[in-house]
Amino acid sequence: MPNTRQAGRLDDRPDSLHVIGNWTITHYARLQAQIDAFKTQAGNGHELDRSIDLSAIETLDTAGAALLIDLLGVERMAATMAQAPELPPARRALLDTMLQAMETPLTPKSHEISKPLAFLAQTGERVEDFWKQQHLLLGFIGLILSALVTNLLRPRRWRMTALVAQIQQTGFNAIGIVALLTFLIGAVVAFLGATVLQNFGATIYTVNLVAFSFLREFGVLLAAILLAGRTASAFTAQIGSMKANEEIDAIRALGLNPVELLVLPRVLAILVTLPILTFVGMLSGILGGALVCLLTLDISALQFFTILQDVAPHHFIVGLSKAPLFAFFIGAIGCLEGFKVSGSAQSVGEHTTSSVVQSIFMVILLDAMAALFFMEMGW
Amino acid sequence: MVSLREDTPRGDDHVLIRIRDLCNRFGEHVVHEHLDLDVYRGEILGIVGGSGSGKSVLLRSIVGLLRPSAGSIDVFGEDLQALSTRRRSLLERRFGVLFQRGALFSSLNLQENVAFPVLEHLGLARAEAEFLARVKLSLVGLPANAALQYPSELSGGMIKRAALARALALDPEVLFLDEPTAGLDPIGAAAFDQLLLTLRDALGLSVFLVTHDLDTLYSTCDRVAVLSQRRVLAADRLEVVEKVDDPWVRDYFNGPRGRAARRHINSSKVD
Repeated sequence: MPNTRQAGRLDDRPDSLHVIGNWTITHYARLQAQIDAFKTQAGNGHELDRSIDLSAIETLDTAGAALLIDLLGVERMAATMAQAPELPPARRALLDTMLQAMETPLTPKSHEISKPLAFLAQTGERVEDFWKQQHLLLGFIGLILSALVTNLLRPRRWRMTALVAQIQQTGFNAIGIVALLTFLIGAVVAFLGATVLQNFGATIYTVNLVAFSFLREFGVLLAAILLAGRTASAFTAQIGSMKANEEIDAIRALGLNPVELLVLPRVLAILVTLPILTFVGMLSGILGGALVCLLTLDISALQFFTILQDVAPHHFIVGLSKAPLFAFFIGAIGCLEGFKVSGSAQSVGEHTTSSVVQSIFMVILLDAMAALFFMEMGW
Repeated sequence: MVSLREDTPRGDDHVLIRIRDLCNRFGEHVVHEHLDLDVYRGEILGIVGGSGSGKSVLLRSIVGLLRPSAGSIDVFGEDLQALSTRRRSLLERRFGVLFQRGALFSSLNLQENVAFPVLEHLGLARAEAEFLARVKLSLVGLPANAALQYPSELSGGMIKRAALARALALDPEVLFLDEPTAGLDPIGAAAFDQLLLTLRDALGLSVFLVTHDLDTLYSTCDRVAVLSQRRVLAADRLEVVEKVDDPWVRDYFNGPRGRAARRHINSSKVD
């Protein structure tokens, strides 16, 4: 066995250039340094016109061969090999293969643009993407609605199994986390109210504060934001990896409609579950508030619920009425982002992030608009 | 080059991978049971077997992606499972693995995909690593402008080639190929066979080749191992394996495709 630990070298003699030793990838950095040194020398009048001796090479792999061919040039290497009958056939075959591979120029054409210009281009793309996204979302909502209408009258095509499975995943499994979070926020709201209202000697209104805020806003908003984080991301990842795996194409090629098959059950499921979760959130938030009132404000449970009865029930309706709207947008954005996934794993991640951000943004935007609307209507 | 095939080394020193008594179980499902196999240095060993006979599972357990349920696998004379992480990583650097579906990193372009192991393991400068990567890509027959493309923009055959380039990136001593010619056109597959032979002869590569491609089997493999009934039914030169008395082996080698491949090889030998 030759000693492969020693890096190969170039021996520059007056009459010929000897290539010696191990030309393998493990010594690549050292070999490259030698070649660079040799090239700077060659630049100073040492023309590479001497004969080249390859007979002292001990080991050679594709990386070493690539370096040598890069140094000598393809034609020079071919000529050298033609004059070296002692070259072992296996090594000759390797060099031949590498010569063939390096005959054509290796550097691909790249079209890079300057940094400020790239920044401008990126900004433009972002703005355009935003509008395209809204356009796409509108189109997609249309697709969902049309699929819904065509399926509504044909109960045989209702996918009950998929629907129920989605309801369990998006709704039932989320009840715990929704209840816990709203309970905690309810307690926090009660604390805040108590602290502020104490100055006016109106701590008793803490009950109204908790009830108002949870019935009208917090119940539905918290549940929707949780679902946006929990479910929109799941929809995107599920549909996205199916897209990356060409499963969506397979569905289309089988003559089926992916919107009907994948999107409808998901959107319908979230339409069913968000109102339920909203109700759970309202109850649990009020319960959190009640507990704080009971423990720190000396408002008994009986008193709490008596005041609660006076809060007009239309607040509950107002809060609940927003749930289906939020749900529809969360579902649609989650699924649409899934369909926009292309090939790579990175793309799945990007679109999952984007779906969560977009759906939370949309929920808050719609909530603000709804608040304005309800205020103007005096509801 | 043909001479190498005649006197394939059989001595103990030449065993590169030694598998003894290997068992692989997934729950109730037994894939391998008491499987023995040797891979010799410098040989191209073809692995054949019906679908679901555990070819890929065998490959995965040798390269250490799957912990066998029982039995031992020695590579370069050492048991991978027993080694420390560092030692194991050093050994694994001497492997090149081509996965069935390429397994290229989808967020990197081809040049970055091939340069990745070089950068990680050898600490070369990026420009050097990318030069090497472009050479490797060209070596497997990809055009220069493919270097900046991403895997999702490529055809299946091009992904296979790029994956081979990545497997060759560190000039490995053992190459594990899982159906390398599936999805290649016949011309590309023939060029692949030739490349494999050239590399084996020049670098002394050992190749563990899982394949269904009878042409590749006949034109490149020194030995063939038949996986059937959870173990290696036979592992020997093709002429010997062909004659093994087993219904599956008979159907495999003497079916219309097997006959055609053999006829082709015999006629090219006469030329």
